[in-house]
Order: sequence, then C-alpha cells, then structure tokens
Amino acid sequence: MIKTNIRGYFPILDQEVNGHPLVYLDSAATTQKPIQVLEAVKHYYEFENSNVHRGVHTLGNRATDAYEGAREKVRKFINANSTEEIIFTKGTTNSLNMVALSYGRANVGEGDEIVITYMEHHSNLIPWQQLAKEKNATLKYIDMNPDGTLSMDKVKEAITDRTKIVAIAYASNVLGTLNPVKEIAAVAHAHGAVMVVDGAQGVPHFKTDVQDLDCDFLAFSGHKMCGPTGIGVLYGKKEHLEAMNPIDFGGEMISIVGLYESTWADLPWKFEGGTPNIAGAIGLGAAIDFLEEIGMDNIIEHEQRLTRYAIEQLSAIEGVSIYGPQDAAKRSGLVTFNLDGVHPHDVATVLDMEGIAVRAGHHCAQPLMKWLECSATARASFYIYNTEADIDRLVEGLRNAKEYFADVNE
Amino acid sequence: MSMNKLDQLYRSVIMDHYKKPRNKGVIDDSNVSIDMNNPTCGDRIHLSIKVEDGIVVDAKFEGEGCSISMSSASMMTQAIKGKTTEEAVKLAQVFSEMMLGHDHDDSLDLGDVEALSGVSQFPARIKCATLSWKAMEKGIKEANL
Repeated sequence: MIKTNIRGYFPILDQEVNGHPLVYLDSAATTQKPIQVLEAVKHYYEFENSNVHRGVHTLGNRATDAYEGAREKVRKFINANSTEEIIFTKGTTNSLNMVALSYGRANVGEGDEIVITYMEHHSNLIPWQQLAKEKNATLKYIDMNPDGTLSMDKVKEAITDRTKIVAIAYASNVLGTLNPVKEIAAVAHAHGAVMVVDGAQGVPHFKTDVQDLDCDFLAFSGHKMCGPTGIGVLYGKKEHLEAMNPIDFGGEMISIVGLYESTWADLPWKFEGGTPNIAGAIGLGAAIDFLEEIGMDNIIEHEQRLTRYAIEQLSAIEGVSIYGPQDAAKRSGLVTFNLDGVHPHDVATVLDMEGIAVRAGHHCAQPLMKWLECSATARASFYIYNTEADIDRLVEGLRNAKEYFADVNE
Repeated sequence: MSMNKLDQLYRSVIMDHYKKPRNKGVIDDSNVSIDMNNPTCGDRIHLSIKVEDGIVVDAKFEGEGCSISMSSASMMTQAIKGKTTEEAVKLAQVFSEMMLGHDHDDSLDLGDVEALSGVSQFPARIKCATLSWKAMEKGIKEANL
C-alpha cells in the first residue's frame, strides 16, 4: 500500500487549473517531481556545483562524489553487476540511438534482421528503421494478438539465426501491455542476437533486474520516474560496452589525445563525452531513493489497482472503448480509450477545462495507431500520487464531455 | 460544470460544420492537390482546389481529425470559393493572425470563419484550426498559378 499523504510531497499537484483542483493523469508522458528531488538539485547548485572528474579542488570532489554516487544508486536499482555498465544519457531516446549507432552499426550487416513490435514508441522504432536502411538489413515486426499482447509463438517465428538485434518495450506506452522480455531475451540469445529493452514505461513502475532479465541493453528516462528531465540511463553488459565505439567525442571521454590518434577513457566514461548533466543525475539518484522508500512492489500494486478501477469505471460509460489487454494484471498503470463520436482532442480540451490533464494524440506510436485502426486516442496514466478520486473525476469529466457533445451535436 | 469558455470554442456554427462538413471530397480535375498532417496529433487533410483564370472555382477536402480541424477545413473551402488566389492566400494570413490573437485585417469578409476566433484562447488547439489553411496557402503557392 502507498500512503495517501504521498501527494503532499508533490507541490505542483496542490493547485487549481481552470478553476478546478488539478488532476494529473499524464505521468506516462512525464511524472511530477517530489520535494526530495527538487531539494537535491537545489542543494547541488547551492553547495556542490562544479565540473566532475577534473579539478583538484574540494567542490570538484563533492560534485564528482555526488555524480558517481548517483550512478551507484542506479546500478543497485536495476541490479547491474557494476557501475561500469551504467551510462548517463539525455534519456531513453538518446540511449537507444547510442545502441543503434554504436553496437548496431558495428554488428548489423546486409541481409541481417532487426526484430521489433508494432507497439514500439517511435524512439525504439526509428533508430532501428534507419539502421536497417543504412545496412540493407531487414526490419521485422512481431505480430500482436488482437488484445495487444505478444505470444511467444509469434516471437519464436520472428527471431531467426539472421537476427542480430531484438528491441522491445518492457511496457507499451499506449496499450499498457507488459511484455515477457525475459523469455524473449532467451529466444534472442538462442539465435545469437542481443536483447535491447526499452524500459521507459517499465523501470519507473516495477522492480527491474537486468541480471534476471539477462537483457544486453536497457534504456530508461529519469523524468518518467520522479527525476528531472534531460537525464536518462543506458545499461549495457560490460562485454558489449567494452567492444563498442564511443559516439560523442570530446572532453571527459578520453585517455590520451595525440595529434592524429586518441584512446578512450575506461567504462562508463568513454560514452559520456562533454560535461554531463550532473544535477540531473543527482536528481535521479534522489528520485531512486524516494521510489525505493515507497517500494517498487507497492508502486505496481497501486497502479494496477487504479488501472483495474479505471477500466471498470470507464467501461460503464456507454460509448467508451478501451484499448489493450482488459486484465489489469497484464498491464502497467495507464488506460488508453476513445469516446464514441467525440474526437480525443475534444475530449482532452473538455477535461482540461475541468482541471484534468490527459494525453490525446498518437502517443509517438503511429504504426500502432494504424494497427488499432484509429488516428488518435486519449490516454490517462497513473503514478504513485494518483487515487481513485482522480479516476472518479475523470469519469465525471467524460460523462460531461459526452453530454456536452451530445448537446452541440443536436 | 462551467461551460462558458468551452462555448467560446465550440460555437454552434463550428459544430454545424463538423457535423455537416461542406465541400467534402476530391476534385478530379483539380490544379492544386496537397496532403498535410499535424505530426503532433495525427490529424490529416487532403485538399484539392480548382483554379480558373486566377479564381478559385472549387475546393474540396478529405481527412480525419477533431471538431476544430475538420470544421475549419469546411469553412476554409467555403470561404475561398469565388476568391482570387491572391485573396485566398491573404485570407490564410489573416486567419493566422486571428489565431495568434493579433489584430487582423477585417476588410475581408470571413463569414462563418469568424466563429473560430475563440480558438486563440486555447493555445493547444491553434494547430488544429490552422492545418487546412496552411495546406491551402502552401498548395496555391507551390502550384504557381
């Protein structure tokens, strides 16, 4: 159970929007930040701000300790073997592009296959699509079941000995589907392929153990788990990272620089060219402390309870269709839906007038929208600070939207 | 629920165009034909226009999107018929000013289009309203008629 007073840690939630108390249901886009994270970033800038891994001076040491301390928190959080396997990036998109540009370019050749699914966010689709084009490789999509889940039969059909990379979302940002990435990783490995997990919608919501999953790469973003924007993580198995070339050349990532040749710093710094987002990493570390105090098992339990309640309540409104698996135990904390006869933009505007923030559009998943045969949907996504009362407000808002458009449609 | 602000957005004339779009379809012998989409939300429009002697003699649209984007397209096709291409492009510019909430040239008869002025109060929806107008402006300019 999550304590109900958790909302008190999020100052932004305590406000009125358009004359109504804010109900924030867009955490799959970005979560709000608790005071613990805001304070950690402020404290860094007030007492420690300095560049890392450079100066001899005391502030430089404090900044380096705080930055590397955050890396250790991330390592522990996802149970990586070593901090050498934890690279700080700008976010999931940046992390996935690094894998495509470095590992992908070096290991994918003509006629090879990259396997993904229809439910990938554009950030776990376009890097592979572009790599496949560049290398004359084949991009393959695993067929989905009608309810938006993957079956292992289809997975085994798609992955072959020509497959070099399998890249799949831990949880879908539209359908909420939780994908069996551990089982898929085993299939990928049996064919000599690597497994890349897009953890953007997974890592913030439940315990993620990279050694248990046995994934080769895992990407996620700080801002979707109570951390600041502009900080994310790429986890990679050490054996891969050691063999990979850096993408960003410049300061901090070097060992010896000559006029015509250079050598690279040790892991993980070889992949962190330039001054990193130090405050962001420290903020992410504080976010991890915050989430671990709540307990990751409590978080997914809370979200699935809300999802079950939301599916129940929304289904009771005539004209609402819900996408993805109907069983809340098979999904993360979000519900994507449409209201018959009212475009999702119009739904979102009516809800906004009542202080309710939801997402409307294609959710950066255009191929999935095509698969669902709709151009846009509305999405309500939940996190630790949401309650059943928020969903009641959503339901009331939807009933009002339906009524309003029924009137104007007359 | 306070619907006053919503009523400024969803005026009855807008909903009328949404429900009963004017000029829906494709002109077979058009000399302006353009597709445009709004990449942030998935709205899309196909616009075809027939121009004779510098005058817009017909305009039709097809597409999918919200009430604002579709009603705006309907009103736009209505508004440019009978206008010269220069006047049509000028209308698009006036419309853009109106969406930004700026003072705009009111010498041109906007007709039903005036009803969309409330959209300027909803920044997130301005792109919905301007999609078809941008398509029209770009299509006419590129056709170089």
